[in-house]
Amino acid sequence: MTQSPIDPAVYDDLKDAAGAEFVVELVTTFLDEAPGMIAELRIALETEDNDGFRRAAHSLKSNANVFGAHALAAPARELELTGTAQATPDVLALLERVDLEFVRASAALKSMQNE
Amino acid sequence: MSEAAAHLLIVDDNRVNRLLLSRSVELLGYTATVAENGHEAMDMLRARVFDLMLLDIEMPVMDGFEVLEAIKLEPALKDIPIIVTSSVEGVNNIVRCIDLGAEDYLPKPVNPVLLRARLSSSLEKKRLRDEQKTLLKRFATSEVVQDLQESGFKLGGRRVHATILFCDIRGFTTISERQSPEDTIEMLNIYYTLMFEAIDHHNGIVTLMIGDGLMVLFGAPQPLENSAASAVAAAQDMLAIIELFNLEQAAAEKPEIRLGIGIATGEVVAGYAGTKDRATYTCIGDKVNLASRLEGHTKRVSRPILIDEATHSAVSASQPCDPIGQVELDGFSKPVAVFAVGRSV
Repeated sequence: MTQSPIDPAVYDDLKDAAGAEFVVELVTTFLDEAPGMIAELRIALETEDNDGFRRAAHSLKSNANVFGAHALAAPARELELTGTAQATPDVLALLERVDLEFVRASAALKSMQNE
Repeated sequence: MSEAAAHLLIVDDNRVNRLLLSRSVELLGYTATVAENGHEAMDMLRARVFDLMLLDIEMPVMDGFEVLEAIKLEPALKDIPIIVTSSVEGVNNIVRCIDLGAEDYLPKPVNPVLLRARLSSSLEKKRLRDEQKTLLKRFATSEVVQDLQESGFKLGGRRVHATILFCDIRGFTTISERQSPEDTIEMLNIYYTLMFEAIDHHNGIVTLMIGDGLMVLFGAPQPLENSAASAVAAAQDMLAIIELFNLEQAAAEKPEIRLGIGIATGEVVAGYAGTKDRATYTCIGDKVNLASRLEGHTKRVSRPILIDEATHSAVSASQPCDPIGQVELDGFSKPVAVFAVGRSV
């Protein structure tokens, strides 16, 4: 299954609504903040912090959706719905997908900014 | 458009969301202040007035549900319209927000067109509510407004221990015959302003205004520690203010005002009477008749304030009163013990 990391329609709508310059700032903020959210997911798993786990997954999902990063939002949402911070094989697989999709999304966002 | 100046509070723990929401509302011409969690938001709400709040649900420290619950408990804050903006999962959570008092729900990422429509509609509703409140305050006392806001409007009364005060201008007809109707209205307006100030100061509420007559209730809808003492204190303030007013009237060669005040205390039935569409907060009971009769009796004994026995026993410790004796009053089968407060005129 290959999905484009960023939905161009969502990204263009965002640019139209908020302005291209602002979107550059917003993308930079997201790229700064997202690694922290992913790190929080792992920390919450280790400490079995259910609330922290759900919140970090929720934030990541929410921000991915802002830019149309559906492929990143999907595993984040599944993690959010898991509810408990248990390192099951499914959860670990989802985390790996999050890592991978974040790399792809951030590369796509960076290249879109330079367009 | 007056709503363009509206000041919004954006509450979201996520930086990207805060930036984007601020940008979106600023592009719509509103001003935005941001808070990073519910706790911070509550502090800001208590510190200044906002026209609307955009509230996230998933937040550390204090989440959106907790904010909605806390606001319900603070009467000063509960008028602010709240739109929940969240990508929280599950219809149950959205229903919970609405149940807790949120006006609307916008899923994230927030669609700018929807945001514009919801903000404008919520702010317009708030403007109308504020306008209604202002109007209500003009026609009802703040105690009645507070009672309406807390308990809602319901026809029907309840038994309360209260004090009734009737006040009337002595010889009003003669006064109004001696001056133009315009001058009389102007005099009445000043008179009412002065009387209301004294009454408000002692937590009474005016339940009736007819011509130059006033009926005032102490002890309902909000109970008072000693409704009789409040009523007598209000009556004395009323006389003192009118005395000052009379000095000005005399200087302007205009007619002076003399007051007659009757006060009675006991059980009355107080509540909203009327129809669903037009009602007034009032009270009934034989104490109401008694207060009115006592007021009428003031001209016969030339004492400005007459009170009944129940009022007398509630204030006699702190208030010198002269017994007038047992008086036959219209509508009362037995003579009634009457007392006069203060000096004779």
